[in-house]
Amino acid sequence: MHWVNIIIQGVLIGGLYAMFAAGLALIFGVMRLVNIAHGDLIVLAAYLALMVTDTIGLDPLLAIVIVVPIMAVIGYALQRGLLNRTLGDDLLPPLLVTFGLSIIIQNGLLELFTADSRRLRVGAIEVATFPLFEGVWIGILPLLQFAAAIAVIGALQVLFYRSALGRAFRATADDAAVAQLMGLDNRHIFALAMALSLAVVAIAGVFIAVRTNFDPAIGPTRLIFGFEAVIIGGLGSMWGTLAGGIILGVAQAIGAQIDPGWQLLAGHLAFLAILAVRPEGLFPKVRG
Amino acid sequence: MNVAFRVEHGSRSSQVGVVLFAALLVLLVAAPAWGGRDDLRLLSEIYAYVALASLWNLLAGYAGLVSVGQQAFVGLGGYVLFASTIIGGLHPLVAVPLAGAVAAVVALPTAGLLFRLRGHYFAIGTWVVAEVFRLIASQISTLGGGSGISLPSGIVIAMASTRQWREFLMYWVALALVAVVLGAIVLLLRSRYGLALTAIRDNELAARSNGVDVVSTKLVVYVLTAFGTAMVGALIFLQKLRISPDTAFSINDWTAFVIFITVIGGIGRVEGPIIGTLVFFLLRQTLADLGSLYLLMLGAVAIAVMLVAPKGIWGFFAERFGWQLLPLQRRLRLAADVRTT
Repeated sequence: MHWVNIIIQGVLIGGLYAMFAAGLALIFGVMRLVNIAHGDLIVLAAYLALMVTDTIGLDPLLAIVIVVPIMAVIGYALQRGLLNRTLGDDLLPPLLVTFGLSIIIQNGLLELFTADSRRLRVGAIEVATFPLFEGVWIGILPLLQFAAAIAVIGALQVLFYRSALGRAFRATADDAAVAQLMGLDNRHIFALAMALSLAVVAIAGVFIAVRTNFDPAIGPTRLIFGFEAVIIGGLGSMWGTLAGGIILGVAQAIGAQIDPGWQLLAGHLAFLAILAVRPEGLFPKVRG
Repeated sequence: MNVAFRVEHGSRSSQVGVVLFAALLVLLVAAPAWGGRDDLRLLSEIYAYVALASLWNLLAGYAGLVSVGQQAFVGLGGYVLFASTIIGGLHPLVAVPLAGAVAAVVALPTAGLLFRLRGHYFAIGTWVVAEVFRLIASQISTLGGGSGISLPSGIVIAMASTRQWREFLMYWVALALVAVVLGAIVLLLRSRYGLALTAIRDNELAARSNGVDVVSTKLVVYVLTAFGTAMVGALIFLQKLRISPDTAFSINDWTAFVIFITVIGGIGRVEGPIIGTLVFFLLRQTLADLGSLYLLMLGAVAIAVMLVAPKGIWGFFAERFGWQLLPLQRRLRLAADVRTT
């Protein structure tokens, strides 16, 4: 029963990793961009949630309503003003510019908020649990977060395959030049994709802020978790990122049980093992 | 028809450049005679960054392998030095090349995994590997685990009879290492592998269609840079006398600075990292008090350079004036008598 419990907790935390991954997978799918600052933007969203709750006194989970649009606007502006200029055949500019961005966000947050670790308090819901069955308790907050992850990924899936915007995303991803000939403005489409990606980042950021302590330096590790979930799940597959996140979460939970120092290492090793055995991931959709 | 020709690497500016480099080398070898202890320490640090940035430039600028995880090999080198001197009883200066060799061996299976990831994802993959190395290092309790370990004074004292000579010795080793790294890169680029690498830098597809074995060329570069990077790492931590997982595998110190140096100086040119390091240290000497703001500004400058002048400071001069400090170009000269027939 002990192990069932551990695996369930791993699955639930996996939902959070899937949310990190979904934002990454989205922009990679549309414009073949890997945003190295992704993790730091998650942390930025967490700090925004902190500011919103501190100044307005809003319940942290309701702060999502404010943080999501702010991050979406930041995403649109970032893509339009900066990242669109780096896209092209050369891999180097987008990588180096987002890497620079990551360093800027990290050190900017460090200047503004110091290196102290922070946390958002949400009251009783934080520790509320219910028994699933004998000996296995489920926390309300982790469950809420897992449900949010499924909702986010389901919504992205519907948007991608059932809406006009999704059609524009897919057309631009397939052939940007032809999409432009058909009257789509690529710069606008790319900026919308980044806005959507950062909206997902905002939700993930708020959940991080209420579930764990955070400080300006934790971004890169979140990027790595998201990236590992993307690769485990397989490039281009939205539901694959959920599977990837869950596998990562479970591996970490099992590792932590063996030795606390093994938590992160077990996740990385699971990722490397899948890379060795099945480099295209479990549910691949696109190649390259 | 048998056309006589030869390939010329040098030019007027590279003749000047080589003379300048030779004069500089003589001046720097003699630094213990004219500089104080602080000067030697600063120069050693500059050498380490020139070497790291030159190696990263070879990897990213020529082979197109953009790694953000070279701290994996800096840290590995440092840890091999500490382990082989403390546990194995090796002389520290023997441990430096050993660190390079160990890293080269480790780089082979690492490349086997990472080369499955393309382009952007390769970059983050290298970061995962560095994280794995850091986490493993913090599990090794005989090397201090997560809190790190100092080099026992006996090992340091055994290097030379007096403190002054120890400092001179370390300085000369640092200078020798950067000279060897730069020399090896120049020789590599002048060889046929260098031609293949330059072709890959300019257009990977075209290089492949001309018969360049892109994957094995990249593998060779990846292993060679691991070798060099780990030797530099070993020397850095021999000078610091203390190592811990967080300092050894620091992405800021061993990758962010190195990338910014290379981008600002000029990526894809051997001179770039040298110029970049000089700019970096000039800025640091004046702005270091700003702390994290300094890193923030450096990031902003690197982004601006990438957008406005993607070939960096040296790229700008090289294109504008046709300068090269090192004889690396290839110009075909036909023999005069053949040309007339």
